[in-house]
Amino acid sequence: MWLWFSRLGSPKWFYELAGRWLPWTWALTVLLFVAGSALALLFSPPDYQQGETVRIMYLHVPAAFLSMACYLTMAIASVIALVWRMKMAFAVARSCAPIGAAMTALALFTGAVWGKPIWGTWWEWDARLTSELVLLFLYLGYIALHESISEQSQADRAAAVLAIVGVVNLPIIHFSVDWWNTLHQGASISRLQKPAIDASMLWPLFTMLAAFFAFFAASLMSRVRNEILKREAASRWVKALVKA
Amino acid sequence: MKAHRRNRLITILAGTAGVAAAVALVLYALGAKVDHFYTPSEIVAGAAPLERTIRVGGLVVAGSLDREPGSLALRFDVTDNRDRITVEFEGILPDLFREGQGIIAEGQLLPGGKVRASKVLAKHDENYMPPEVAKSLEKYGHPANAGKKDKKDAQ
Repeated sequence: MWLWFSRLGSPKWFYELAGRWLPWTWALTVLLFVAGSALALLFSPPDYQQGETVRIMYLHVPAAFLSMACYLTMAIASVIALVWRMKMAFAVARSCAPIGAAMTALALFTGAVWGKPIWGTWWEWDARLTSELVLLFLYLGYIALHESISEQSQADRAAAVLAIVGVVNLPIIHFSVDWWNTLHQGASISRLQKPAIDASMLWPLFTMLAAFFAFFAASLMSRVRNEILKREAASRWVKALVKA
Repeated sequence: MKAHRRNRLITILAGTAGVAAAVALVLYALGAKVDHFYTPSEIVAGAAPLERTIRVGGLVVAGSLDREPGSLALRFDVTDNRDRITVEFEGILPDLFREGQGIIAEGQLLPGGKVRASKVLAKHDENYMPPEVAKSLEKYGHPANAGKKDKKDAQ
């Protein structure tokens, strides 16, 4: 376990391992997206109230879920990085930010497109929508802070503190619909009772969720590899790699 | 774990806990101000200000929808199963608007206790199912809306 942990801290080892895994992860991503899209668009029924519009759910829910899962990954990597001063963990945290920002933007956009026909509005300042918007600003703030400090290790540490502090927003997003009156409805899956989604819609949704997770894994590995090359540009093995 | 690492971890955890406590206190102080809408009982109890823009949320009372012939003006009652409030509105209602549906109306509370709405939004609940399932639920006496856990609609 400790050997594995210390190996994970080695940029060269991770670079090579991720390089071997990448093609498989991308293949899995494409496979799951094709299967999930077919299930969601062709083989799932319309909703009893919302009709065909409900299909936006198959993009909106995974994007919103990933926007939070990605932030949690970023924050955990930041804690590990700060406590153990692990260079790799800083690279992982930095690589999470653009992916998470994109997922949050996608969740907000699909939510607006869904809200217009169903609720009758693109945007309302209710607790769920507002806290998700704050999440987008946290991601953008993290990226801006990191880019504004030219010294690498200082940038890493300052941004890590921001990432950790921002974790407070995650329970607010999740429980906003329980704590306050909101336009957004309550949780359908992540609750203690039985899911409130019929099985014929639940399985397409889970497939899309798996597709999004595979996409997250694949794009994170790609980004961390780039980040390693950038950060280790002065090391011997990267120079040898570039020459070859 | 080495002492300096443990100290760093404790600093991070304590710092995060401190920030969380601060945010929790702010949210607690804001309390009901974060709510997106008033329930009809809150309005009846006098919690909402007069002639300022407010929102009221609740279920449309069955049989209360009253359209004025020849115009888009209409009125209906919303309820939280305790009190009811009459909403006046002139405009186009969202597709999901129907009797028994959860809605949010934005507008001004008039001195008589009515709300003149400038906007009506439909809420929907967390239940998703195909039309056939909804139909058979209704047929066997468990209509889709009856088992609602949504506290805002069933209060």
